[in-house]
Amino acid sequence: MSDTNLTDSAPVQAPPGVVDCDIHPTVSAMSDLSPYLTDRWKGYMREYGANFRAAFANAMVYPRYNRDGGSRMDARPPSGAPAGSDLPFMRQQHLDPNRVDYGVLQPLRPNGIGARNQAFGESLTAAVNEWQIGSWFGPERRLKGSLMLTREDPAAALREIERHGANENFVQVSVLPHGLEPLGRQRYWPIFEAAAALGKPLGIHVGGVSGMAPTSAGWCSYYVEEHHSKCEAMQSLVTSMVIEGVFERFPKLRVVLVEGGFVWVPSLCWRLDKHWKTLRSEVPHLKRAPSEYVREHFWYTSQPIEEPEDPRHMLDAMDWVGWDKILFSTDYPHWDFDDPKFAFARLRLTPEQHRLLFRDNAKNLYGLR
Amino acid sequence: MPQRYVVATAGEIPVGGSKAATVAGREIGIFNLGGEYFALLNRCPHEGGPLCKGRRTALFESKRPGTFTSSRPGEILRCPWHGWEFDIRTGRSYCDPDKVRTRAYAVTVEPGRHLVEGPYTAETYSVSVDENYIVVEV
Amino acid sequence: MIAPEKMETVLSLSHGAIDCDVHPALANTDVLLPYLDDYWREMVQIRTVENLDLNSYPPAVPLSGRPDWRPPRGKPGSDLGLLQRDALDAFDVRCAICNTLYGGPYLPNDDFAAALARGINDWIAKEWLDRDRRLRASIVIAPENPELAADEINRVAPDRRFVQVMVLAAGERPLGKRTYWPIYRAAERHGLPIGIHAGSSFRHPPTSLGWGSYYLEDYVAHAQAFQHQLLSLVAEGVFVEFPTLKVVLIESGITWLPAFLWRFDKTWRGIRTETPWVDRPPTQIVRDHVRLTLQPVDEPPEPARFERLIDHIGSEEMLLFSTDYPHWQFEGSDVFPAGLSDQHRRKIMIDNPLQTYPRLLEARQEAVG
Ligand code: FES
Repeated sequence: MSDTNLTDSAPVQAPPGVVDCDIHPTVSAMSDLSPYLTDRWKGYMREYGANFRAAFANAMVYPRYNRDGGSRMDARPPSGAPAGSDLPFMRQQHLDPNRVDYGVLQPLRPNGIGARNQAFGESLTAAVNEWQIGSWFGPERRLKGSLMLTREDPAAALREIERHGANENFVQVSVLPHGLEPLGRQRYWPIFEAAAALGKPLGIHVGGVSGMAPTSAGWCSYYVEEHHSKCEAMQSLVTSMVIEGVFERFPKLRVVLVEGGFVWVPSLCWRLDKHWKTLRSEVPHLKRAPSEYVREHFWYTSQPIEEPEDPRHMLDAMDWVGWDKILFSTDYPHWDFDDPKFAFARLRLTPEQHRLLFRDNAKNLYGLR
Repeated sequence: MPQRYVVATAGEIPVGGSKAATVAGREIGIFNLGGEYFALLNRCPHEGGPLCKGRRTALFESKRPGTFTSSRPGEILRCPWHGWEFDIRTGRSYCDPDKVRTRAYAVTVEPGRHLVEGPYTAETYSVSVDENYIVVEV
Repeated sequence: MIAPEKMETVLSLSHGAIDCDVHPALANTDVLLPYLDDYWREMVQIRTVENLDLNSYPPAVPLSGRPDWRPPRGKPGSDLGLLQRDALDAFDVRCAICNTLYGGPYLPNDDFAAALARGINDWIAKEWLDRDRRLRASIVIAPENPELAADEINRVAPDRRFVQVMVLAAGERPLGKRTYWPIYRAAERHGLPIGIHAGSSFRHPPTSLGWGSYYLEDYVAHAQAFQHQLLSLVAEGVFVEFPTLKVVLIESGITWLPAFLWRFDKTWRGIRTETPWVDRPPTQIVRDHVRLTLQPVDEPPEPARFERLIDHIGSEEMLLFSTDYPHWQFEGSDVFPAGLSDQHRRKIMIDNPLQTYPRLLEARQEAVG
């Protein structure tokens, strides 16, 4: 036995230029959003806040293992501001050394998507979108935005698409998986229709506050459970969108699942197909086996990458999901960050696989050059 | 052939303290645990995180759900990225101590008068015969 | 029914197997009247509870009864003669474990629920187990009052034909919660595994994203409920507190397991101090304590992939033979997926069930002695 697990720790040569499909910018203080909010909503934010469907006004129900909403301990800029709030430091710690050609922003905090006061939610979401332009992809051309949408208020979402949909630096529109109902339900279809018409993918990053328990068996005790429950939520989301017939209705819609994992996709597809065969009389609107819609309409970001003991198992899973469907992501600056030099080192990818995973899939999907 | 490097004077790292040093091109963390010195490579064997910048904690264990014990305060290093724990004394991880380890280096404290006879490398030190020095073998 | 010319192959394939999941059906609640005391008999007669079928298994839904296994009248699984012919004889099994799926034990009134669970256990002993020596059964409990549930386990356990304790995969709280430990204490004391069967009492929506539209979604989502339950059982330290306890996932599907465990192991490495009693990788704990029944096997269409999956699971000790009679999970006699070695098949049919259910071994020794 060698002193260190050198096979694990040897960096691979990351291909020059990676596309990172999940970077989290945040505000250094709520006042960062002031230029984009009216006095009415600035005051509301200060006094009432988003008033999520959850126990705590200013904390997550399952406390993270790190500060700044679960960030890498080394990701606070020298100023001491929250991790992810300082563009120069993000360049220095991440974009430059990891050779990020493009990074897709996923602004999760603050967010108005789950706000119970929908008028406030719309304004806060709009402010976050303006702030992406003003503070992030405006000054840094490598960064691209996600146009955040309030899913419970599709009319507001459509207004937001009208405002910014044509901005080419918003490379996708985004909603969160947890809301009042499973995302495939028809109340959300206006958003899908608009996304399909716009020709931009719908990016769905794990998260959202629904007020419902994180499992179908109630409230779990631990963060380790809640962290994992995001994967199961994505399985339910795929099931809902496919079974409700979203892709029969919107055959051009492309969906990117962000940070929800992908190794579960093959098993879910086999399960869907098997029981669809028995129960298809219930869902005559589906013209094809569920797995075919999944294969055609979903993409997945890679982080946090699974690490089975035998790397061949991971390669099997990636073969089955499809090398054209997986998009590299780091989740910077969050604690479960994947480093492009190490995360796939044990798999000994072929140059072709490297290229697709780290760069070409995302470039093709988002139309980046 | 391992080389010996002088990385600090003996008084420089207090009990419970640590110091980062670069020797032979490697970033290394040197730790003082109750007067004993240990050195680890500042690179996590998982994904290469800056291990020695991690939080130093106790070893937390449990015999039974709902009970918590704490021992060896300050002897466990939690990687600042994904939080894997490493034993500062051995470099071994908690999660997979045989397979996942970071490189640990032998550390000795030596009087300057031995060192001036060599062989050693002191990249930043001019060694004086009256002082004691922390020496890492790399 | 299996065509006579096919019978011989079936016999040779599953001869001597132990079928770990068959479902005798309760025609209605009135069937339990002889097994209830005066008070509950009165309640059953005057309150509208004659049909407490679970919404997870409405009898008319195609999945609830294979077309060729449905009786001319009544619910699939309600006729002993048919169960003998189509399940016990057709598959030439040594014995079969009856898992009664009925809603009575899931009434929110704890005493009512416990009374009906008692009634079901006495009914299954008298009207099924007494009438065919090959039959065994799970003790049905009303889990939401764990003290009463433990009483019921203690009451029924002396009858050695009861070989496990059964609960549904989604109830009020995740099953690892200490609230439920009286159940595990009683089960462990009597050497009974806990069988977690697909199904929900719908104290929560069937997915963490809310209520979908279709039965097919609910049924597919059971796999996610099982994932949550494994997280909960391991994270809460159930197997530390009850080191000889075994858990059997029944009708859970199996191919989701390896990918699920990869993620669980990885997250555990980072935040294991949240649950420091979990002092080894979750995969190891699950391999030691958890078993899964075969049907419905959510296998890939390509047998080579299924072989790879068996390698991913990494143990030949985990799967237990089941037909899931009368549920419609496979056609004809195709109970085994392609891609299993002869040796593995034998383990699934005989060795693994005998290891899991020590009481089956007793009966065998008696027969031999
Ligand atoms: S890099 Fe240190 S735990 Fe992952």
